[in-house]
Order: sequence, then structure tokens, then C-alpha cells
Amino acid sequence: MAVFKQKNEIVYFAVQNAKLRVGLLVVCLMVLLAIIGPMLTDRQPREFVAPGPLPPSSEYWFGTTSFGEDVYTQFVHGLRATFIVGLLGGGLGTLLGVLIGFTAGYRGGIVDEILNMFTNIVLVVPSLVVLIIVVAYLDVRGFLFESVFIGCFAWPWVARAVRAQTFSLRNRDFVDLARLSGMKPWRIIATEIAPNMLSYLLLASILQFGGAILTAAALDFIGLGPTNAVSLGLMMNHAVIYGALLLGMWWWFIPPGLAITTIVGALYVTNVGLDEAFNPKLREM
Amino acid sequence: MSPLPHYGRGDTSLDTPHGSTVKRYFGRKLLVYLATLFLAVSVDWLVPRFMPGNPIQILVARANLKAESAKMLYGHYMQAFGLDLPIWKQYLNFWNALFRGDLGISVWLFPRPVLQIIMDAVPFSLALMLPAILLSWLAGNWFGAFAARSRRLDNTLLPVSYVLTSTPYMWLGILMAWLFGIVLRIFPFSGAYDFGMMMHWSWAFAWSALQHWFLPFISLFLVMFGGWAIGMRNMIIYELESDYAHYLQAVGAPTSLIRRYAFRNAMLPQITGLALQLGVIVAGQLVTEIVFAYPGVGYLILQAIQNHDLFLLQGCFLFVIFGVLIANFVIDIAYVLVDPRTRTGMQGTG
Amino acid sequence: MSLEVRDLTVYYQTLRGDVRALENATFTIESGEIMGLAGESGCGKTTLGHSLIYLAPPMKHIGGRVTLNDVDLPIADIEAMNPHRFRDVSIIPQYAMNAMNPVRKIGRMTEELLRSKGVDYAQIRPELQRRLDLVRLRPDVMDLYPIELSGGMKQRMVMVLSTLLNPFLLIADEITSALDVASQKAVAQMLVEFREQDCCKSAMVITHDISILYQIADSIMIMYAGQIAEKAATDTIIHEPRHPYTKLLISTLPEIGAQYTRKRLQGIAGKPPLLLLPPAGCRFRERCPVADAKCVQTPPLLEVEAGHSVACWREVERRAQA
Repeated sequence: MAVFKQKNEIVYFAVQNAKLRVGLLVVCLMVLLAIIGPMLTDRQPREFVAPGPLPPSSEYWFGTTSFGEDVYTQFVHGLRATFIVGLLGGGLGTLLGVLIGFTAGYRGGIVDEILNMFTNIVLVVPSLVVLIIVVAYLDVRGFLFESVFIGCFAWPWVARAVRAQTFSLRNRDFVDLARLSGMKPWRIIATEIAPNMLSYLLLASILQFGGAILTAAALDFIGLGPTNAVSLGLMMNHAVIYGALLLGMWWWFIPPGLAITTIVGALYVTNVGLDEAFNPKLREM
Repeated sequence: MSPLPHYGRGDTSLDTPHGSTVKRYFGRKLLVYLATLFLAVSVDWLVPRFMPGNPIQILVARANLKAESAKMLYGHYMQAFGLDLPIWKQYLNFWNALFRGDLGISVWLFPRPVLQIIMDAVPFSLALMLPAILLSWLAGNWFGAFAARSRRLDNTLLPVSYVLTSTPYMWLGILMAWLFGIVLRIFPFSGAYDFGMMMHWSWAFAWSALQHWFLPFISLFLVMFGGWAIGMRNMIIYELESDYAHYLQAVGAPTSLIRRYAFRNAMLPQITGLALQLGVIVAGQLVTEIVFAYPGVGYLILQAIQNHDLFLLQGCFLFVIFGVLIANFVIDIAYVLVDPRTRTGMQGTG
Repeated sequence: MSLEVRDLTVYYQTLRGDVRALENATFTIESGEIMGLAGESGCGKTTLGHSLIYLAPPMKHIGGRVTLNDVDLPIADIEAMNPHRFRDVSIIPQYAMNAMNPVRKIGRMTEELLRSKGVDYAQIRPELQRRLDLVRLRPDVMDLYPIELSGGMKQRMVMVLSTLLNPFLLIADEITSALDVASQKAVAQMLVEFREQDCCKSAMVITHDISILYQIADSIMIMYAGQIAEKAATDTIIHEPRHPYTKLLISTLPEIGAQYTRKRLQGIAGKPPLLLLPPAGCRFRERCPVADAKCVQTPPLLEVEAGHSVACWREVERRAQA
């Protein structure tokens, strides 16, 4: 009974929270743009549609690149790619983090020690540098690889927090009660422990999503992301290499970075709003 | 990598030595660092061996050298990698060379040794990175603390900080370069010093270097600043909700005392946060150097990639990893010095 | 010398409205008196205790005055109340074990706190030492960090700290709740000792454990759902209570040595009302065995005999008949 009321309370506060509303709205708008945007044009990202660089006009909404490619087309396709990598990479990171953190927290003992060591190692290593080595030698590209790679380095944050929560929840009275009354371990996990972590997991996955987008942008910018497809980071890469700065082609390099800033910022704000909805102490009067 | 420093206040028990002695704390940390170093070097040694065919031949061929130099390089690397030796001996030789400081010879800038090339780039990277980290950390913490107590400042600082911390490093760099370098022409936006100059000690050189330094510095500074400000503001609010703050309020201590305690206590997680952000900071430094063609280790990495100089790339990789581990260690020491509880080394007794 | 509280009314502001946590509290604490404040969870005793020393949002002062020796205490004004805190009114909080800054040596924190209150630390040092001896804390505790002390030691330290300037009223908020029985006894006795030694003139001991009050309190005030039910000398409350709630409360206390194999432990049927929209009049009437239609009006707090006040219409009627 109490849990039911609590859920309603959270929904009530969530709906009220301005940050949550605005943040979510912005993210949804960008997702909409990513889905519908490419349908509004029949050009291809790498198609040469103009003789050279052109400023924005009614013909070319975001202008064209040095080679005469339509920036708007590149932008919306890149937006799609960004969201996909963010989802995959962030999702994988959250999943791995939950699995590892939970196992460490629930089992304790030597399993915990080993996983902790592992977590700390992955935390310490600057992932970008590792990726550079791997890609430079093995020449592996592609969205899937990029997402998996991002996920493989993003999980420690989630793992540590999940581990801490699992530790504290594992020893709580209601869990002890469940254990004493003979509940099977997986049932204890599903019914007693998991619901208490759901709110955290939601917050964490939002942050992971944002983090993955930023990481992917950096990778693409260096040129280590997929090179045959378009991404926002790659757009900025090209813009810099092909002199957009010097030629003042602001329409080429401003939209990609602005899009990323907007999405990630909106995600963070949503996160804060959600946190306030979940945590009564944070709610403003 | 998580851009937000205050992500998940969860489990810091492995970051801080509470409830265990300083020795155990450092022992555990050192173990992690050594394991990391070991793994990194092993990965570095292992990955080239997954290349199809004879890696050295491919690498040397890509370098496009004259026949004699190519032959010499090939011979050098055959010996260095010792591909004719048994695997375990190759591995040991690799470690051996490492200890001697021999990171190989660059293919791109043949015949300069890799270590020397890297050491030339390091001062530039440090000159950019250290002030940016330090100043953004200090300024971010200070502003964040202020925002926690002034509603007005909070309402302006917080949105700005969120925008800054969401901004990709390279984009801010691009914006800065374009706005201040090209449109307004206040600062130069490429290289570390004027094109015609050579490195030497003089006021003219120093001034030129400073001008070239400013834009990349400010771009790094701003993004990091946002993260610290948000983190500190939240930590201060958290501290002000603690029991000791409530007690001081109840007995009528002045707000200045309470704020002072809250600030001091909030600094501690900010220090551990610094260690956790190092990966992100390295990535940010790298892309910023690329945008500004600033000749640090980051730009060197890009050039190594573009010129297929994989030995230089490997050297940079090991160097960066090593640097990050040392930085972590320094921060660990700093934390122990700053948190007085670490020196008691006792569990609560009585 | 006394602390007089008249019609003190304090509500909690929440998003759903005002919670009427304390309604028209009226009582007096004389110098030398240890008054126990007892009642169920949520009866308003903590609200009362806190409003006397730190009335801050979400608490809202609705009405009533507090006077200390005929001088008004500006409890509603956080700033103006500051000089009175620690000197006239002090508190040992419920969270006393966490009340000290974990990152500061105890001695340093004490010094900084005292200095910030304008106290000459050097001058008060010897007295501080004496008090530490009184509570049986080693003198070198000042060089330790809070993490190095046990829970009980930390609480004793806070007790010393809070009473250092000999306040008139010491509010002790659930100071025995987290302790085992032996420690409870020690702490309770320490409180009495403080009064003997003039470390505080009087005390308000907030607790839900009436047995402790029986040991150390001179008088007990029983609260229910934000209203004062009864205040009287300890013996009177325990042996001759008049308010129906007090009677039921006392009767539900298990006796040592009694066996309940045949008879189950009795409780009081029902639950306390939610204070967001409390019932009009006496808030106990829905569970009261002797309530009637008149109880929809709030009964006055009647002094039925010297030092014994009861808020019940049945007492008013009894007085009228006498």
C-alpha cells in the first residue's frame, strides 16, 4: 500500500518539476528532429549539391560545406548517429555497471575485492588513449564498435554507486526479514532490493547517455569514429581540417556543437529535476 | 567517463582511508596503479601483434623512407621487437627497454628517438593543462560555494555552469578560435608561438607564447569550471544539511563559522573528484590541442596517427598512462594530507 | 526565575498545507526544575523543543510568547534569537553523536565555537576541564577527532559543550533513545548531576520513555497530537493522572515482574490524527473513553491544583461541581 502511494507521489512531483519538464521537452524535440529531419530532405549527406561553400539560405537551410555538401542533411543524419551511439554506449555502460556493482555488493568477500580492483583499474585509465591505440593498429571502425567501446569504459561510475547501494540495502531489516522468512535470493533481489535502486538507475542511465554522447563526439572529432558515416563530431573535424574557421563558415561548425551542448545540457537538467522528484529533501518549497 | 564531477556520491570508501590505516590505503592504491601499468604496457605490447602480416614491414613501408634508412629502421625494430625470439623473451625485452627509457625511434621524424620527441612536447601540454586544472578547480569551488549561499548568484551561475559542462571541449575551442582569433583578431589561434620564431628565452618570445597560450587555456578552463562549480555548490548544500551544521545553528554559532566548516568539508570530495576526472581532462586536453594545433602531447598523438608513426603513438600512449597514474598518486597524497581523519588510523573505540 | 510559555502555536509549512504541529502550548518551567516532555511520536514534543531554540523554516511561528525571567525571547526572529542561544537556552540534540564536525579536532572545534560566541577561551578552559572530569571524559579527548570516540563519549562531550555557559534551560531531545539501558541510566544521572552542579538551571527532557522520566524528572508534561494534555509532578502523573490519555498511557506501561501469560499487553485503540487537517477541539476525543459532544470545543488548560494542569472538559465539569 505504501509503495503505491509513494509512486503516485513521485509522479505528482515529477510532473510539477519545471526542470524535468523543460529538459525532457528539449530532449524530445531533438529526438524528433533526428527522426524526422532526414525525411525532410532527399539529399544525401555526402552528396555534392552545390559548387562550393554557401551560407544558409532557403535552398540550403544550414548552408553547404567546402565541397558543396548540404550541411543540414549532414546535421540531421549526424544527430541520428549521435543518439544511437549515446543509447547503445550509455545503455551498455549502465548494464555493465549494474551487473558488476550488484555482484560485488551482493556477494562481498573475495569477489568484491577482485571486482573492486578491476573497477579501479578501468577508472584510472584514460579511455580515449586506449581507444587510439586499438583503432590505430586494428583499424576497426563503425558505430557498433564505438558504442561498445564507450560502454566498456563508462560503467565504473555506475558500478561503484550500485555496489554501495547494494551493500546498504543488503543489510537492511526488510531484506533480513525476507531472508529469514525463506524467500529465494532472486526473489529478494527482484522484490525488495531492485525497486529501491530503480530511481538511482534511471538517474544514472540519463547521465550515462549524456556522457556517451560527449565521448563519442571527442572520438569522432579525432577521426577515430566511423569514417564512412556522418556524425556531429566528424562534421566538426572536417570543418576544422578544411578551413571553415578561416573562411568564416560558421554554419558548418556551430550547429553540430550547439546540438550536442543542447542535448547534453537538457539531459543534465532533466537529471536534476528527476532527482528532486525522487528525493523529498531536495524539493523546493 | 563521466563529465559531471558530482556524479553519484555513492561509494567513496575506496577513495578515502577512513576505517583503515594510511598504509593499507596507499597499499591498495599502489596495487591498482601497478596493475594498471602492467596491463597498459601489456596491451601496448600485445595489440601490434594482432595486425595481419608482419607489423614491422607494414610500418616501415608506410613511412616511405629511402631504401637505406628503411633497411636500418627495419633492422632496429626487428631487434627491438625481437620477432625472431620466443614470445616471452620479446615481452621481457619490451619491459627491459622501457626501464631504460628506450621508447624506440620515430618513423615519421626519423632518426629522432621517440622519448625525445615526447619530452619536447610535454612542457607545452603541462603549461596548458596544469594552470587550467588548478585555476578552474579553485575558481569553480569558490564560485560554487558562493552560489550555495546567494540565491541570486545561484540563479545565474548554475545555468551557466550547466551549459559550460555540457559543452564539448573541441566545440568551445572552435568557438574561441573563431570568435577571438579570426573574427575579433585579439588572439592567435594556432601553434604555441609565432611562426617565424625559434624557442629561446626573451620577452618577445614569452609574450608571443603567452598570446598563443591564452585561447586554448581559456577554453579548457571554462568547461572544467562549470563542472567544479556545480559539484561544489551541491556539496556545500549537502554539508549545510548535516548534523554538525544543524547543531551549530541551534547553539547560535555565526553563519560564517558554519560556512567555513561546510566549505572545508566539501573540499574533500572535490579532491577525490579531481582524480576521477583525469580521464576526461586528458581527452579534453587532447582535442583542444588539436583545434589550436598546440604542440603538446595531444597534438603529437594526432600527428603520429596521421603519419602512421605507430612507435611514436605507442610511446605517447605509455607516457600518458604513466602521467595519469602519477597524477592520481599525487592527488591521493594530497587527500591524505588534507583529511585529518586519515592520520588517526583508528576505528571508533571507547 | 522561570521560563514561561504562553499559547505557543507553531505550524509546519508543507507543499500540501500547514501541519498544525503545536497548538496553544502553555506551561512554566521554574528554576531548578527538570521537566519531562513525553508523548507518542508526532505529538509535537520535538516541535516544542526546537521552537524554543531554533524556529526556522519549515516551522512557522503562528502565535504565543516565550518569556525568560519576564524578558521576551524572540523565538520567531532567527537573528534576534542568536545571542540567547547557548547562553540562555541550549540543546543536546537527538543526533548528538553526529553533532561535531568530523574533520576537526574536538578541542579546535570547541575553541572556534566559543570564540565565535564571544567567549574568552583561555578563561573558560579550566571550567571546561572540570566539566570533562564531571562526565568522566579523559582530558586528552580535546586532541581527538570525533571518529575516535564511542557514541556515548560523543554524547557526553556534546552535553559538556552545550552547557558550558550555564544556560537557564537545557533542552535534551531524546538523549537516551539510542543507548542501551546501562548507558541510559548513566546519561540520565548525568543530567541530574548537571543541575546539581549548576551547569544548567532547568531542563526539558524530551522522550517517549516515561520510565526514565520517573527516575529523574520533577514534573512531566504529556502531549497528544500537538496539544498539551496534562502537566504535573512526576508522582502525580504516574500514580494519580487525571487526563484520560495520561491514564491510558500509564496503564499501558508494562510492569517489571508482572507476567502477561494470561493477559495480553494492552494498547490504546486507534491512531493519532493527521495534523494536516486535525479534528476540531480536543484531538484525543476520537479515542477517548469519556468523550462527549462538548469535546468538539478545545478544552482549556485548567490548573486543578498547585502545579497540576489538565486539558479536559471532564475536569472542568468536576471543578464546577465541587
